[in-house]
Amino acid sequence: MSTNNLSYNDQGGSDSAVEVGQETTPTSSNAGAGFGLFSTNFKKNDDLKEMLESNKDSLKLDAMKRIIALIAKGKNASELFPAVVKNVASKNIELKKLVYVYLVRYAEEQQDLALLSISTFQRALKDPNQLIRASALRVLSSIRVPIIVPIMMLAIKEAASDMSPYVRKTSAHAIQKLYSLDPDQKEHLIEVIDKLLKDKSTLVAGSVVMAFEEVCPDRIDLIHKNYRKLCNLLVDVEEWGQVVIITMLTRYARTQFTSPWKEDGLFDENSETAFYESDEKKTKNGDEKKSYMMDPDHRLLLRNTKPLLQSRNTAVVVSVAQLYWHLAPKHEVGVITKSLVRLLRSHREVQYVVLQNIATMSIQRKGMFEPYMKSFYVRSTDATHIKSLKLEILTSLANEANISTILREFQTYVKSQDKQFAAGTIQAIGRCATNISEVTDTCLQGLVLLLSNRDETVVAESVVVIKKLLQTQPTQHSDIIKHMAKLFDNIAVPMARASILWLMGEYCERVPQIAPDVLRKMAKSFTSEEDIVKLQTVNLAAKLYLTNSKQTKLLTQYILNLGKYDQNYDIRDRTRFIRQLIVPNEKSGALGKYARRILLAPKPAPVLESTYKDRDRYQLGTLSHTINTKASGYLELSDWPAVAPDQSVRNVEVIEPVKEWAPSLGKTGKSKLSKSSDDKFYSDSGEEKEKGSGSSSSEDSSSEESSSEAESDEEKSSSQSSEESDKSSSQSEKSSSESDSEQKKTTKKPPQKKTVKPTAKDRSYLLPIVCGPGERLHGFVSKQVPVSLSLFSLCILTPCPLSCAALLLQVSGPAFVPEKSHDLLHRMTGKGLSAQYQFPRQPCLYQPTMVSVQISLTNTTDHPLEQIHIGDRDPTGLDMHCFNAIECLLPEASVTVSLGVDFNDSTQAANFQLCTKEDQFSVSIQPAVGELFLPATMTEQDFRKEQGKLLGMNESSATITMAAENTTRQPISRQVATVANLGVVPSGQDNIHRFAGKTASSGALVLVTVELRELSAALITINTEKSVMGPMLLRDLKPFQEPKAKMNELP
Amino acid sequence: MIHSLFLVNSSGDIFLEKHWKSVVSRSVCDYFFEAQERASEPENVPPVIPTPHHYLISVLRHRIYFVAVIQSEVPPLFVIEFLHRVVDTFQDYFGVCTEAAIKDNVVVVYELLEEMLDNGFPLATESNILKELIKPPTILRTVVNTITGSTNVGEQLPTGQLSVVPWRRTGVKYTNNEAYFDVVEEIDAIIDKSGSTITAEIQGVIDACVKLTGMPDLTLSFMNPRLLDDVSFHPCVRFKRWEAERILSFIPPDGNFRLLSYHVSSQNLVAIPVYVKHNITFREGSSQGRFELTLGPKQTMGKGVEAVLVSSQLPRGVLNTNLNPTQGTYTFDPVTKLLSWDVGKINPQKLPSLKGSMSLQAGASKPDENPTINIQFKIQQSALSGLKVNRLDMYGEKYKPFKGIKYMTKAGKFQIATR
Repeated sequence: MSTNNLSYNDQGGSDSAVEVGQETTPTSSNAGAGFGLFSTNFKKNDDLKEMLESNKDSLKLDAMKRIIALIAKGKNASELFPAVVKNVASKNIELKKLVYVYLVRYAEEQQDLALLSISTFQRALKDPNQLIRASALRVLSSIRVPIIVPIMMLAIKEAASDMSPYVRKTSAHAIQKLYSLDPDQKEHLIEVIDKLLKDKSTLVAGSVVMAFEEVCPDRIDLIHKNYRKLCNLLVDVEEWGQVVIITMLTRYARTQFTSPWKEDGLFDENSETAFYESDEKKTKNGDEKKSYMMDPDHRLLLRNTKPLLQSRNTAVVVSVAQLYWHLAPKHEVGVITKSLVRLLRSHREVQYVVLQNIATMSIQRKGMFEPYMKSFYVRSTDATHIKSLKLEILTSLANEANISTILREFQTYVKSQDKQFAAGTIQAIGRCATNISEVTDTCLQGLVLLLSNRDETVVAESVVVIKKLLQTQPTQHSDIIKHMAKLFDNIAVPMARASILWLMGEYCERVPQIAPDVLRKMAKSFTSEEDIVKLQTVNLAAKLYLTNSKQTKLLTQYILNLGKYDQNYDIRDRTRFIRQLIVPNEKSGALGKYARRILLAPKPAPVLESTYKDRDRYQLGTLSHTINTKASGYLELSDWPAVAPDQSVRNVEVIEPVKEWAPSLGKTGKSKLSKSSDDKFYSDSGEEKEKGSGSSSSEDSSSEESSSEAESDEEKSSSQSSEESDKSSSQSEKSSSESDSEQKKTTKKPPQKKTVKPTAKDRSYLLPIVCGPGERLHGFVSKQVPVSLSLFSLCILTPCPLSCAALLLQVSGPAFVPEKSHDLLHRMTGKGLSAQYQFPRQPCLYQPTMVSVQISLTNTTDHPLEQIHIGDRDPTGLDMHCFNAIECLLPEASVTVSLGVDFNDSTQAANFQLCTKEDQFSVSIQPAVGELFLPATMTEQDFRKEQGKLLGMNESSATITMAAENTTRQPISRQVATVANLGVVPSGQDNIHRFAGKTASSGALVLVTVELRELSAALITINTEKSVMGPMLLRDLKPFQEPKAKMNELP
Repeated sequence: MIHSLFLVNSSGDIFLEKHWKSVVSRSVCDYFFEAQERASEPENVPPVIPTPHHYLISVLRHRIYFVAVIQSEVPPLFVIEFLHRVVDTFQDYFGVCTEAAIKDNVVVVYELLEEMLDNGFPLATESNILKELIKPPTILRTVVNTITGSTNVGEQLPTGQLSVVPWRRTGVKYTNNEAYFDVVEEIDAIIDKSGSTITAEIQGVIDACVKLTGMPDLTLSFMNPRLLDDVSFHPCVRFKRWEAERILSFIPPDGNFRLLSYHVSSQNLVAIPVYVKHNITFREGSSQGRFELTLGPKQTMGKGVEAVLVSSQLPRGVLNTNLNPTQGTYTFDPVTKLLSWDVGKINPQKLPSLKGSMSLQAGASKPDENPTINIQFKIQQSALSGLKVNRLDMYGEKYKPFKGIKYMTKAGKFQIATR
C-alpha cells in the first residue's frame, strides 16, 4: 500500500508534477493534443484510483472500464498500474479479465510491479477449470518481462502435456511469445514443439505449426513423422490453422518430392484422363511413366487439400490454390480456376490480392483463365487498382482468337471518365498490338484516332504507345508520323512531346520536309520546355544536322548554344557531348567519324511486357508476392530435389501409434473420446475409404500373397466362362479405383493371363452358397466374388478403428443377377421399336455413383430403324451416361446397350426420350430400391460393429413368417439377392443370415439381418443411414418371404 | 502475425488502437494517411502498404478503415479475411458497425478483440463461441448488470470450442423451433448501348436463420442441384455428402449464418429481368442536352420488379438537369454530378420514364464520356436461376420445427453503357 501511495504521489502530487510526468512517460501520445486534455484526464484518473481501491466490485469494474476506454484511445494510463495490479486476484471474472488486458499492455513498462502479479498466475495454472488454466498461461506468457522467462518455460512445458487440448493450444501460442522475448530458449522450445506436433487434436495442430514456422521453420525433420497425420487432420482443423498448415506443407513438399512437371500430362496415372485412354495408348505410356511416379504422400496432400477450395474463408482457398500451383502436375492445376474466380465476388481487398495472384498465373498459363475472361471485365464502380489489375489480366489472356473481343471491350474503357484508367487501357492496347502481330495495324489505327481525343492524358498516352509501336514496325508509317507532327502544337504533356520529337529524329529521313520545321518551332520555345523535351530537342537537332545539315546547321548551333547555358546539368552535359560528336573540329578526333553510326544506329524495339512478369519468384499468396519485394521472415520455396529424399522417414511404425493412442486417450479423457467418435461422424465413407486405401497400399506384400491365390482360382473359373467374362473383366478393370491401379503396377502378373487380370483387392472368394444349384450365373459373378484375405489381416493390424470401417466397404460383384426385364417401350407405342431394360448389377463403368442399366432394343417393323439415340432429358432430372447412337437397326434385329444412371439413391424414375430418326418416345426407368445397391463384403465382426453404429432411427425391422422349406441358408440368400443387390456376410450362427451392401450414389452402408425364430417366424432388420431406403427395402423383402406362409400368419 | 490494429475514421483520426504484442507507435499510421491523401476516392487506398519496418494491411468498411500492422511475412488474405471477420462480429454484436457504436461499446470491443486474437493468431472467430464468452450488450442486460453487478463475461469455456462442432453453442433452447432459409440471388450484368448483354452471371447465397433446440442435424436438398456450378460452404456442411449426393447435410450454428454461396454455371443463359431504353445526347455548340430514359420489365417470370433505383454519373460538363419522372423522385447533385432516380415498382402497363433536358457549361465542348447507368432492383419470391429447394429434413431431435424458405432476386452490379 505504501508503495502505491508513493508512486501515486510521485506522479500526481500537483499539477506541475503531472506536467513532468507526462513528459517523461515514454509512450505519451498526441502530445500536441494539449496539456489541457491531459489534465482533465488526470482528474478523472484521480477518482479512478479511489474507485479501484474501494471494496465494491461494481465501482472497481466501472473504473476498469474507463481505464480500458483510455487505453483504447491511445491515452496513457500507466500511472494507475499499482492500483490496478492489486485486483489481479479478484473473484469477479470480468474485472479480472480487464485487469489482464491492462497488465499485458503496461507490464513491459512497469516490470517490477508486474512481478507482484506472477504468483497469482502460477496458482491459476493449477486450477481445475481449463478455461482458467488457459487464460492464466495466456496472460503470463504475454507479460514481456525477461526475469520470468524460466517460469514461463516451466509453465509452457507443463501446459504442453495438459489433458485439455485447449490448454495445449494456448501453450503452442505461448511458445512464440517466449521465443520473441528470449530467442536463447530456442532449443528447449523446439523440444516442446516436437512434442506438440505429435498431438492428435485438431485444435492444437494449427497453433503448433504456427509456432514451428516462427521458431524453427528449417527443422523439416520434425514434420516427417507427422506429415500424414497433418494431411488427414487438415479438413477438420479450424480455418486459420488450415492456412498455416497448407503454407508449411507446400514448403515441405518442395523439399521432399520430385517434380511432377517433367513430362507434362503423361506421367500421372491417377488422373481422369488416363482413365479413359485406350489401352493401346496406356501401354505406350507405360515406359515413359516409369520415369516419374508420384509419391503417394504427395498425392495424399493434393487430394486432402482439394475439398478446401470450397471453404468460405478466402485465405484458405488461395492457400490451396498456391499449393496446387506450386505442387500439382500442370494438368491438374486447372481445378483451382473456378474457385479463384469465385473469390472475385468477395470484398474489394480480397479481389485485389486474388487478382494479383491471377495476374502472375495468367502470364504462365493463359489457358487456365481464358474461359473466364468475362469475369475480368472492368466495371465502372471498381476501384482504380482493381481496374488496372483486371486490364493486366485481360492483356495477358489476349490471343489471336479473342483479341477482337478484348479490343472491343478496351474501346469502351478508353472512353471512361477515370482518365488514369483510360491511359492504362491505351498501354494495354499497345501491349496487345506488339504481342499479336495480326492486330498491330488495327491497334495503330485505333490509337491514331485517339490522337484527336479531347483529353490530354489520353492523347499523350497514345503518342507514347504509338512511338513504341512504330519502333517495332518502322516501315511505311510516315503518314502517322506526319499526323503526329501536326498535332505537336496542341500537345502539352512533356512525355508525349518528347516522344514525338524522338520519332521525328529517328525517322527524319522519311519526313524530310517536316522535321526541320518542327526543329524550328522547338528552337523558339526551347527555354520554356520541360527537361525531357529539351533533351529530345537536342537529339533531334543532332540527328538532323547529320542528315540534313544544309537546312539545319544554324538551327542546331542555336539550340546547342541554348543548351550550353541551361540550368539543368544533364542538358548542359548532353549539349557538350553532342557538340563534340557532330561538329567537326580538330579536337573531336576519332569519335566524330562514327557520329552517324552512333546517333542513327538502328535501335531495338522496346519489349512491352507485363509488370507481373517476374513476380513468380515469390510464392503465390504471400505478402512478398503482393508487394513484390522480399518481406522480412519470407521463407523461400526451394526447388524440387533432383532425387527424392528417403520416403520411409514419413512411415509411422504401426505399433507406435497404438502405444500413443492409449495414454492420450486416458489423458484427455472425455473430450478426446467424444472427439474421435465425432470425427467419424463427420468424415464420410468416401474419406474413410481413402484413408483405408492409403494404408493398404503400403501393405503390398500381404495383398500380393492373396492375389496369387486369387489368380489360381480365377484361372479355373475363367476356363469355364465364355467370352462374356472377357468383356466384364476388362470393364471391371477400368472401373477399378485409384489405389488399385497403383497396386497393379507393383504386383507383377504372369504374362499369359491377358484376359483375366485380377486386381488383388477387388476380388477373392465368397462361399458359393449364394448361387443355388439352379441359378444361372453370368460369367463375371464367380470372378468378382469378394472377401479379401489381405484386407482381413489388415483390419487386425491397423490400430485405428476408422480405417477398419473404411476397409469394410469393398464393393464386390453381385451375388445374383435377376433375369427379369421390364418394359421400357412397348412395340405398339414405339411404332415397332420395342425396348426392355434390366439391371445387370454390374458396377457402372462410366461413373462409380451410377447404376448400370441394360437396354435391349428390338426392331419389330419390316424396315430398318435409323439413328436410335437418347434425346432430351429432363434438365432437372438425374445424371445419365447415354449410349452411343445406333446408326441402324435392321428388321427383326435386336441390340443391347448399356446405360449409366445416377439415381441419387432414390427410387425416382429416370425420364428421358428415346429417339429414332423420325420419332421421339418419352420413356422412364423405374428402379426398385434393391437395384440401387452395390454388394459389399465384410467380416461378421465388422458387420456387428457397423450395425451398432446404425441403431435408432437408422434401423427398421419387421417380423414375418416363412415356410419351413425356406428357412435354410440357400433359399434365404437367394430370395434376398433377388430383391436387392447385396453381398452375403459369412455368419457363425445358423439362424442368423447377414447381407451387406452400399448405396451406389453416396456409398452409405446398408446392412440386412434375417434372424430365424421358432414357429417359422423371422425377424428382418435393416440398418442404414438412408432412412428412406430402409423401410422401402423392408417392404420389398417382405412379400418374397411371405406368400407361401400367408395362411398361418400370426395376428 | 497481426501485431496491432488501428481504427481510422473517414476524417483520418485514429479512434481505437489495440496491440497484441509490444506496443507499436501510432505514428506508423502516417504512411497510411499519406496513401489516403494520394487516393482520389476512399476505395482507392491500396490494401497493402509497405513501410520501412512494418506492413499495413487495411480494409474499408462502413467508412472506417481497419488498419492492421504486420511485422513479417504472412498471407495478406489471412489478415484481410480476419479483419472482415472482425467487422462482421461487431455488426453482429452492436447491430451496426459505426464509429459511435464502437466508441459506446469500447469495453466489449476490447474484450472481443482480446478473445479473437492471441499473440496475433486468431483464437476464436466463430460468432457462437464468442457469444458464449462475451454476451452481446442489450438494454435489459445493461440494466440488470448495473443492479446486480454481474457481467457480460461468460464464466465457462464454451464447450463448442472443444468439440468438432465448434460453430454451435451447446444447450440451445427455444419454445418455438424454427428454421428459415433465404435464397438470395444477385445478377451481375454489363449491357451495351444496343441492349445486348456483354456479360451476365448469377451469384447466389443461402442465408439461414436457425433457431432450433438441442443438436439438430439438418439435410437440405435441391430440386435441381446441377445448376450450382461452384459453391463455398459454411464449415458446418459435410463436404463429402455434397460431393456424393448433392445434399447439404449439416449441424447448423445457432442463429444467423450464411450456409452456402454459389455461382450458377455459365452455360445457362441468364434471363435479364429489366430493359432500359435510353437516349442521352449532347449537341455540339449547344448548352442543352437531351435526356430520356424508360424502364420496362423483360423476363421476370410474372413477378413484379420492385425497389428500382437508377443512378448515373453524368459527365463533368453537366451543370444541372431539368427532368420529369412519370413516377418516383429523382435527385441530381450538381457537385458530384450524380443523378439518382428512385423509381419504386415497375408497372408493366405504364412504364416509368424520366425525360427532360440537361444544361451544360456554356462554351465548353461536348462531353465525350459515356455515362453508365447503374440499376438496382428486387424481385421477390423468385430466384432467377430457377434454383429450388426440394425439402428440409431434421434428424437427431424429436420435435417438429417450423420451416420456411424465401426466394429473392436482386441486381448486383447491373450496368448499362449508353454509348
